[in-house]
Amino acid sequence: MTDETKAQLEEAIVNLIREFVNRKRFKPGDVVKEMEVKFSASDVTKDDVKSAIRELTDSGRLIYGYAGGSFLSLPE
Amino acid sequence: MGKKYETPLLDELKKGKWPSFVAEMERAAETSEMTGDLLGQVEQSYKEKMGHWKHGGMVGVKGYGSGIVGRFSDLPEKYPGVKEFHTVRINQPSGFFYKSDSLRKIVDIGEKHASSLFNFHGSTGDIQILGVKTSELETIFQQLVSFGFDLGGSGSALRTPSCCVGMARCEFANYDAMHICYNITQAFQDEMHRPIFNYKFKFKFSGCGNDCTASIARADMSIIGTWKDNIRIDQGMVKEYAKKMNLHKYVTSKCPTKCMNYSDTGLEIDDSNCSKCMHCINVMPKALRPGIKGGATILLGSKAPMVSGPRLSMVLVPFYDVAEDAKNGYQWFKDFVGKIWEFWDEYGVNRERIGELIQRVGIGNFLEAIGLEPLPEMVSSPRGNPFVLYEDYVEADEGQGESPQG
Repeated sequence: MTDETKAQLEEAIVNLIREFVNRKRFKPGDVVKEMEVKFSASDVTKDDVKSAIRELTDSGRLIYGYAGGSFLSLPE
Repeated sequence: MGKKYETPLLDELKKGKWPSFVAEMERAAETSEMTGDLLGQVEQSYKEKMGHWKHGGMVGVKGYGSGIVGRFSDLPEKYPGVKEFHTVRINQPSGFFYKSDSLRKIVDIGEKHASSLFNFHGSTGDIQILGVKTSELETIFQQLVSFGFDLGGSGSALRTPSCCVGMARCEFANYDAMHICYNITQAFQDEMHRPIFNYKFKFKFSGCGNDCTASIARADMSIIGTWKDNIRIDQGMVKEYAKKMNLHKYVTSKCPTKCMNYSDTGLEIDDSNCSKCMHCINVMPKALRPGIKGGATILLGSKAPMVSGPRLSMVLVPFYDVAEDAKNGYQWFKDFVGKIWEFWDEYGVNRERIGELIQRVGIGNFLEAIGLEPLPEMVSSPRGNPFVLYEDYVEADEGQGESPQG
């Protein structure tokens, strides 16, 4: 995966969470499936998406929450 | 600090000869206002027969999705000390071996930054610091990391793997439970700290059939020690036991498969029918010992009563040569687990445990997906039907109007 694709992937993940804020709670697994489809032409793998989620949570752009199951959210 | 609330119902739990958690909470409340309010809220819960905790939320430490269990009071005005009362889960060392110095450091953290209450250990095995405010979480985490501890698992993630004391202190251990537990914990840090599963997943490693971690009932994947060869018998010691107790009454008649007999010639065991239940070995540990060719049975699917009722694990791999796999960093085990998680990820739904998924899709489909051949040992319960659909058998039988299970 190129650096450009990686940046696009991270942006797409944040945008997905932002788009559905207060409407849908995305489990990390749901995000992986969504991104696999969205970036299928760029050979993005499941591990690439997991790695992007990891970087986003490590940097604080996304945080984890829990309500009957773990989900990703924007920081409050 | 005096007693803040009258607690007649909790006081009942201090009576009797057993240690009481209420007495310990009162001791902690002498120096912690938070714990004083906790006593008040728990008393009210007992009186109303209703819990007053809210669970979950956006509580955690940076980069981690696990290890902190968010807990809030729904009576924050009345009991302000427990408005936030989170739990910090600490990954316990394999086999629960600590230096006293480590315990002191953890207790110092709990007394300075939390309610002074601990849980040694939670049902998953973690050490738990109870009663932490959101503002203290990062501080506690950084201090724990500074002396070598890390958070455990919570949420939709791999929960902290746990094991019995294994070969460190138990002569019955058939494999090194502590070693594999530590290795697997290190290998799956991401799965533990960054929730990615449909729901929780637990490993528990027990060195023998006594199953001291209760893994057969409490772990999604139970790894229980067993052996391939014969029980080792010291006939001289058997005779010594026979002088002190009735071997028929306490040993041979209790054998679940009735595979043993004691007579003047000594103890005879039909090992081909032994189910490795450990009973005879437990009763006569100086006379009987597990065989030399040790390993483990891998079982899958147990869970507590939530959602769809309790389940026990069922046999998946009758004999796993742990020592052989250890030479290769447990790579076979990790690949095997990876296939199971892949299947769960693909077909599981939200809050569905692996055992529930297998029940829903059928064991035949599951075994085919993970590339495991059906075996007669894959029973859901002792002497139960294996409920494996043998495809070749079905195909051969088709058109003859008879069901292979009919």
